[in-house]
Amino acid sequence: MTFDIAKVRRQFPILSEIIDGRPVHYLDNGASAQTPLAVIDAVRSYETTSRANVLRGVHRLAERATELYENARADVARFLGVEPMEIVFTGGCTAAINLVAYSYGPLLKRGDRVLISELEHHSNIVPWQLLRQRSGIELDMLPVTTDGQIDLGALSKMLTSETRLISLAHVSNVTGALLDVRKVVEAAKAVGAKVMLDGAQRAPHGPLDLKALGVDFYVFAGHKAYGPNGIGVLWARPELLDAMPPFHGGGSMIGRVTLAETTWAPPPRRFEAGTPPIGPAIGLGAACNWMAALDWTATHEHEMGLVQRVLDGLQKIDGTQILGPASLQNRYPVVSFLLDGVHPHDVAQTLDSFGVAVRAGHHCAQPLMDRFDLDGTTRVSIAPYNDNSDIDVLLTGVRHAATTLR
Amino acid sequence: MSEYQSSELYQARIVALAKSKTGAGKLASPTKSARRDNPLCGDRVTIDVTLDNGKIAEIAHQVRGCLLCQASAAALAKTAVGRDASGIAELRHDAERAIGREAGKAHEPFDAFEPVASHKSRHECVLLPFEALKDALS
Ligand SMILES: Cc1ncc(COP(=O)(O)O)c(C=O)c1O
Repeated sequence: MTFDIAKVRRQFPILSEIIDGRPVHYLDNGASAQTPLAVIDAVRSYETTSRANVLRGVHRLAERATELYENARADVARFLGVEPMEIVFTGGCTAAINLVAYSYGPLLKRGDRVLISELEHHSNIVPWQLLRQRSGIELDMLPVTTDGQIDLGALSKMLTSETRLISLAHVSNVTGALLDVRKVVEAAKAVGAKVMLDGAQRAPHGPLDLKALGVDFYVFAGHKAYGPNGIGVLWARPELLDAMPPFHGGGSMIGRVTLAETTWAPPPRRFEAGTPPIGPAIGLGAACNWMAALDWTATHEHEMGLVQRVLDGLQKIDGTQILGPASLQNRYPVVSFLLDGVHPHDVAQTLDSFGVAVRAGHHCAQPLMDRFDLDGTTRVSIAPYNDNSDIDVLLTGVRHAATTLR
Repeated sequence: MSEYQSSELYQARIVALAKSKTGAGKLASPTKSARRDNPLCGDRVTIDVTLDNGKIAEIAHQVRGCLLCQASAAALAKTAVGRDASGIAELRHDAERAIGREAGKAHEPFDAFEPVASHKSRHECVLLPFEALKDALS
C-alpha cells in the first residue's frame, strides 16, 4: 500500500469548501480534526435506520442500536489493541480523565502522590488538583526540557514509593513531543505506580498496541480522531476497572437497586450511567476503522514530510522560533512557533485571511507557557489530508504577517 | 501571487496606533493601577494613572497581548488625560460603536477599530484596556 493524498482528500467533503473565495487550508487538527464520509455515513445510517436507545428495549430497532453500539466498542478496542469490555465510552477526553480521577481516585489515600508534567493540557492537571482537594493526595510535576519534551531525566528524582499514578501526554498538544513510554513504564514499575497516557494528540495518527506499550490507562477524544463530538474513550486494565467504584449513578450502571443499597454492573457499563452518546460512539467506531485502513508507514511519512516543510519554511523567515523538538525525531505533526514582534493571535488572524486555520494562544497549557515565559504560540497541527499547498499558503501568510505587523 | 491577499483586519491606522506605543510603560508613582486578564486568550493589561481631582493627569499601560489590545491601549492613552470616570465611559461608547456593539458613528481615534466589527472573537481585545482602566478608577 502507499499513500494516495487525492483519495484521502476526497473522503473529506469540507476540504472542497470555498469560504470567501478561498479554499480551506485546515491546520487546526489538534483542536478538532475534520470527519470523513465513512463516519458521516455511519452516523447517518444509525440515525435513519437504527435509531433507538441501547440495552433497554426488546424491539428490533433497540436491538439494532445496541448491536451497532457494541460493534463500535469492538472497533475502538481493535484500534487500541485491547478487549472490547475494557473500553468505556465517555463524553470526551476530559470526561475520561475526570472519570479516572473520580473512580480511581478513591483508591488512593492521603499522602499518595500523582505525577504529571509541566506540559500537560489543563484537562490532565485540574482533575488531579480537584482530587488533591478532595482526598489530600500530593501532586508532582515533571519539568520540561528547553526543546519542549517532558524531562524524563528527572523521573528517578521525582518518583517516590508513594507515587501511585503517572499521568502524561503521549504527544504534547503544544510542542508535538512524543513521550518515551518505555522509559516511563519501566520507572513506574520499579515503584509500583500505574501509568496513564493522555492520547488526545496521538490517537489521530494511527492504531495503537496498548498491551505492548505496557500502560494501565489510556484516554482520547473522538473529535480529534476524525470522529464526532461528544464522545471519548477510557481504556483501563480490566482488574483496575473492576476495582473502581462508579463516578456517575443512574440507569444502565447498576446490578440491582433497592432503597437500602445498589450493586454495580460490571465494567464497562458501571461507568456508562444513563443513555450514552450512541450516534457519536458509532461514528467513532467508523473513524477508528477508517484510520485502521490507512497504510500508516506511508501516512506517517507523508505527515512528517509536511512537518519538515513547515520547519524548513519557518526557518527561512526572520525572527521565527520553534517551541518543540527541532528535528523529526521524537515528534508528531504538531508544530508551535513564535514570530518575533508579532502576537500569536495576530499571526493566526492574518493566516485566517489567507484561508489558513491554525490555533493561537496558550493551548490550555498555561504551566508550559509560564515555563517559557510566553503568552502563547501559534500552532500548526497536521492530519493525513493536509498537502503541500496547505503548508505553502501557511508560510506565505506568516511572511505577510512578518512584513506588515512589525 | 493570487493567494497573497491583504488582511482586512490589520488596517494601517490600527497598526500605526499599536506601533505608536503611546502611553506604553509604567508611571513612577501612580495614584491607582489595575490589571485585567482575558482568560480566553491570555491577554493582560496593566494600567497606571495619576489623578488630579478625580480626573486623569497621567496614564501608562503595559500590554501583554495582541496588536488590537496594544492599539486600543494607545488610543486610550491619547484621549484619557483630563477625563474622569464618566468621561472615560464616553470613550468606551465610542469604542463600542466602532466595533458595532452600539449604534452610531465612532470618533477619532476609536473609529480606527471599525474593521474589528466583523471579527467578534476579537472584540474583547479592544475592550480589555477599558476594563482595566475602569478598575483603576473605581
Ligand atoms: C493533549 C490533550 N489532552 C486533552 C484534551 C482535551 O480534549 P477534549 O477537550 O476533547 O476533552 C486535549 C484537547 O485539546 C488535548 O490536546
